Amino acid sequence: MAGPAKIDPMHQFQITSLGGGELQASPFMFTNSALWMLIVLAVIVAFMWGGTKRQLVPGRWQTAVEMLTGFLENVTRQSIGPEGRKYLPWVFTAFVFILAANWIGAMPFGIVPGAHPFTVTSQFTVTGTMSIISFAIVLGVGFWKHGLHFFSLFVPKGTPFILTLLIAPIEFVSFMVRPFSLGLRPFIAMFAGHILLEVFGNFVVQGLNAGGPMGYGISLLAFLFVAFVSALELLVGAIQAFVFALLTALYINDAVNLH
Amino acid sequence: MPQLAQLALVYQSQWFWLLIVLGVIYFFVGRGIVPKVEETVDQRDAQIAADLAAAEHLRAEAATAEEAWRATINEAHAEAQAVTAKAKEEAAKDADKRVAAADKRLAKKLDEASAALDEARRSALTEVEAMAADATREIVAKLTGSKVDDAAARTAVAEALSRA
Repeated sequence: MAGPAKIDPMHQFQITSLGGGELQASPFMFTNSALWMLIVLAVIVAFMWGGTKRQLVPGRWQTAVEMLTGFLENVTRQSIGPEGRKYLPWVFTAFVFILAANWIGAMPFGIVPGAHPFTVTSQFTVTGTMSIISFAIVLGVGFWKHGLHFFSLFVPKGTPFILTLLIAPIEFVSFMVRPFSLGLRPFIAMFAGHILLEVFGNFVVQGLNAGGPMGYGISLLAFLFVAFVSALELLVGAIQAFVFALLTALYINDAVNLH
Repeated sequence: MPQLAQLALVYQSQWFWLLIVLGVIYFFVGRGIVPKVEETVDQRDAQIAADLAAAEHLRAEAATAEEAWRATINEAHAEAQAVTAKAKEEAAKDADKRVAAADKRLAKKLDEASAALDEARRSALTEVEAMAADATREIVAKLTGSKVDDAAARTAVAEALSRA
């Protein structure tokens, strides 16, 4: 980064091919994104595996795992009801994957030379796919359980007929917007947060390069800001995972119980 | 924005790897590990509930046992009190009886003693009378020379004594 460093805050979202070769449009292309997905997977499996000692009196690790599953079991049960247990695996998968990806992406692996941290959830191909899966579950459960009666979802109970003509299209549009809002929310949060971190990290470096009381002052200020945003990023990462899981559960509840 | 610029190039591999990763999490973790963890939690909850119920049961049992023990103790107390009361009463009655018997004996002794005393006094008195009659006779004989017969002397002495 010598000379007039031009730091591109978008570079961190670049997907590159690993193991040599140009990036090609092939499903089997192993990219840095795929690598970090596998890292996320490994962390999740290791974490969950460590909590399956099935002790009567749980240790710290087992307690943490039990708190996680208990929390999500609670979310599904409160949102969907007793039937919610069937949908726990997907709600769990979505929550845990988004949470782990967000937090691993927020870790300062960049200080290790050669390591290029990558936040999987900052790719809308990832969050969008997950929201499409959630939406597909909602549609599938809705039509499988209620058949064409599922369309009554768009007509709130007790609506006068005249209003139905007005409300049904609105309900339909709001229903169809769900997968987009669901997928965009975690993507935007991670995208914006990481741009912010990169930009202010850039200020730290540029302030140090400039030198002088002004440069060091700005550098220090920017550093404090980066630390603050990093903490915020951990919070946002958890909130986004929770929101995704909760909304998925609520949407499934619509399909299971209509309303 | 690389996400858009690279979309055509990367979407296939992104989906491919994402679906693999999500599939592993869903089937291995979500359907494999999570139910086990929940089962453990449920087992623990069941065990705690059972233990609590057993403890509650034992507590109730202990309460009934204590109640029974208290009742027994109370009964024993009452019995003991009755026994002591009865013993006291009997002892008092016995003592009364013995005191009465002793009283009777003493009274009898007193009677006898006073009877003996009376007898002694009477015999003494008779002796005194006899001696007085003798003395009277002798005095009369010495003074007058006449002989007073014994019966008259006695009568006179008795009269004088009764007057005195």
